[in-house]
Amino acid sequence: MSTQTKEAIKEKSMIIQKDMLARQFHELSITKETGKKVVYTFVPGNLTELILSFDMLPVYPEINALQSGMRKKSASYIKEAEKMGFSEDVCTYVKCDIGMMLNGNIGPTGEKLPPPDLLLLSYTGCFTFMKWFENLEHLYPGVPVAMLHTPYQEDGRITPDQVEYMVKQLKEDVIPKMEKVSGKKFDEERLAKMMVNSAKAEDLLVRILASAKHRPSPIDAYFAGVYYIGPIFTAFRGTEEAVEYYTELYDEVMERVRLGLGPVTPEGEMKEEKFRLVVEGPPNWTNFREFWKIFYDAGAVIVASSYTKVGGVYDLGFRHDSTEPLESLAKYCMGCYTNMNLPQRVDLLAGYVKDFKADGFLINSIKSCNSFSAGQLMIMREIEHRMEVPVGFIESDLVDPRYFSYANIKNRLESYFQMLGQRKIIMEQETEKIF
Amino acid sequence: MNKYYLGVDLGSTTSKAVIINEEDEIIGRGITNTRANYAVAADIARDEAVYNARFSILKKKLEKEIAANPHYKKYINDLESVFQYEQFKVRLDKLGEELLKTCKTFFKDEATQEKMLGHLRSIRKAFKPVIKHDYLYNNLGAKNQFFRDIVSEKYNEEVNKLELSLFEPLMTVWDKSISPAENQLITFDFRELINKAMNELKEKYKNLPDTVTDNSSVNFDAEMNLLKGNFDHVSESLRTHIDEITEIEFNITNMTGTGYGRALLPFPEDCIRSEILCHAFGAHAIFPGTRTVLDIGGQDTKAIQVDKYGLVTSFQMNDRCAAGCGRYLGYIADEMSISLNELGPMALKAEKEVTICSTCTVFAGAELRELTNLGEKKEDILGGLHKAIIMRAMSLIARSGGVFNEFTFTGGVARNPAVIKYLSQLVKENYGDKIKINIHPDSIFMGALGGAMFARRNLNMELPSGKKETAVMNNG
Repeated sequence: MSTQTKEAIKEKSMIIQKDMLARQFHELSITKETGKKVVYTFVPGNLTELILSFDMLPVYPEINALQSGMRKKSASYIKEAEKMGFSEDVCTYVKCDIGMMLNGNIGPTGEKLPPPDLLLLSYTGCFTFMKWFENLEHLYPGVPVAMLHTPYQEDGRITPDQVEYMVKQLKEDVIPKMEKVSGKKFDEERLAKMMVNSAKAEDLLVRILASAKHRPSPIDAYFAGVYYIGPIFTAFRGTEEAVEYYTELYDEVMERVRLGLGPVTPEGEMKEEKFRLVVEGPPNWTNFREFWKIFYDAGAVIVASSYTKVGGVYDLGFRHDSTEPLESLAKYCMGCYTNMNLPQRVDLLAGYVKDFKADGFLINSIKSCNSFSAGQLMIMREIEHRMEVPVGFIESDLVDPRYFSYANIKNRLESYFQMLGQRKIIMEQETEKIF
Repeated sequence: MNKYYLGVDLGSTTSKAVIINEEDEIIGRGITNTRANYAVAADIARDEAVYNARFSILKKKLEKEIAANPHYKKYINDLESVFQYEQFKVRLDKLGEELLKTCKTFFKDEATQEKMLGHLRSIRKAFKPVIKHDYLYNNLGAKNQFFRDIVSEKYNEEVNKLELSLFEPLMTVWDKSISPAENQLITFDFRELINKAMNELKEKYKNLPDTVTDNSSVNFDAEMNLLKGNFDHVSESLRTHIDEITEIEFNITNMTGTGYGRALLPFPEDCIRSEILCHAFGAHAIFPGTRTVLDIGGQDTKAIQVDKYGLVTSFQMNDRCAAGCGRYLGYIADEMSISLNELGPMALKAEKEVTICSTCTVFAGAELRELTNLGEKKEDILGGLHKAIIMRAMSLIARSGGVFNEFTFTGGVARNPAVIKYLSQLVKENYGDKIKINIHPDSIFMGALGGAMFARRNLNMELPSGKKETAVMNNG
């Protein structure tokens, strides 16, 4: 997840991140020369350290899709996929990704992406992923597919049986296939070493996101948060580079806390924090800047979000563990946000409203994302009743620009911000009355 | 000096204005159709509200006298109606100028120009007295009373009487003239128009037939009888009071703009409020027990949950599809070639409700034709259409959290009796008999009322005092 337009104001860490991603995509573009093998896989419940331990390179189709959305390329890719027969209602990440492949598979940086050597279907909480890879299997005939099934946390907990079940799949299917594709033996010690780095970066990320408990919050944990999670949710978890990036980011954030500064927006530092919000659901990527601007113009800062937990809910305590590498990969996959059951999600979000002292709770419901949208109205009602904060509901899409209606979203958000503003005034008056 | 507060709700179909006093009492209401020029629509609504406020102040002043002399009330009501006619006349002249202009530019040769102008003159001659009569004798009834609607209807009627070849040129001239005519703001002189109105009334009462009986018709009631021989005396005794209300300067201490077009209102930014908040606040003010508000307006439907302070806690709105809001009904009325106000009463006559898909306004029109072909009765189809709207609203309400006691229904559609019937039925079916359903005759003004109430409260609450300038209305 790199930064987008040149005129945006960036923190130093964002520049580091942009370089990291540029190097990654460049490395992908020269695999023919280097002979490195390529694994297509997904962000939620990814096995990055395992892939890297075989010296293979991961490609995340949904990251490419969101990048295409930010770079205004998704509309034409989606059109390509629809011409092939994909319906209007199919996940737009899928259509964007397939459209991109049909258009020559040119990645976000303009360099060509290599075809996969292995399709690693490790997924959590989203069943569309399965259909997505069935399509990729047709597009890349003959490429081996490894499937890692992640049991859903229906009972709200991860059981030893489930861990065992996943480790068994890793040992019996995923690792042998990786060995075959890469031509290398599985090196558990190397994997364990990477996990030491993973845990360090995870620790830092947790502290970075927790900094939003300060007033003013030094970060926006949704719009800027999507940049912060970039390296750890994608190709860099387990690397030294990721630890360096998060150390730099952590220092930057702590400096902002020390100086009492608000978050950095594309138009500079946010001066006044008027509203603190918890947001559920992914952001819209096609109009990301416009969308963000509606918030920072109103002085609304997102102090916590569920989207920044899709690649791991580290604040609940999970860390990759070098003493049990395969078991911790299994636990990691099962612990991702969209693999949690709805009561767990409500508890998590209610906890954010309380701990981050949020003024309101907002849902961005995504038209084409079933894994997020299912249950959102229930979540909203629960939070409203349990936490007694005003709740808001807006609708957009991931990367289909046809479903981002600026006027409608702005109208709803304006109403929502006014609701929050009015409430603050009345509540203050009521408090005065009591005394 | 009395302080007044203004709320303007610039909706997608109609623009509403409400003026309240320091006790939150509505003293003036104004409504007009929203048009291309939003500022003009807002100004017309506001001016109407100011005129209406003068008349309501007059009635309030004379409360005791009116109670003792019911014919005074009749006189004042008639006066307001004729006053509206005087405004109408000025607008009609402006429209005439536009028609003349269009005629001259549109028809190149003089002979056609003259011919068309001749037709336009006869059309005007034919409908003007009819409209005058309607105003004077309160015959406009439930019909839409906006200038555009009244003249369009009459113009159409007259054009249809002419030979077919004239239809197209005359309608083209009309289409090209009505918009510029209604998009200009006309400043009226209240004193001048009220004097003219009083003179018109003299004529009216002088020409009343001698034998009138009670209850024979709405036009010849007991109050009218009293006025017959008495009007000079009545107008003389009211004269001073009328002069007084003419003199009142309306100091609008603060104002709030709301509705879809709020961003385009010529109001300072801090005087703009979301219509969601305003509708909820207005509904809660009239019915303080309100916890759930359903607002069905021209182009959107909103389900709003409020707390005991009238503050919104959550809301859902349809902004993807017009099916289920006022325009749906408007479209159906057009398809059936009946007026919007006739729809509800006709639907009430339904013996059953034909199932209609409510997902799309345009396709509902196609479905309507198909059902008519299949022999379904118009009334039953309309019953189904009204129920379909409410089914959609119920789904929106469910999304917002359901119905909590008390439930208040607002918006222009709340005037439709069939909508009320199905809404009450479905609310009770889904949420039980104990839900109290509130519908106020001023339901269409709830947004503007909420706005005016915000304007009154904000003085002490939110707005920096230096920022706000007292706005004085100089509109007669």
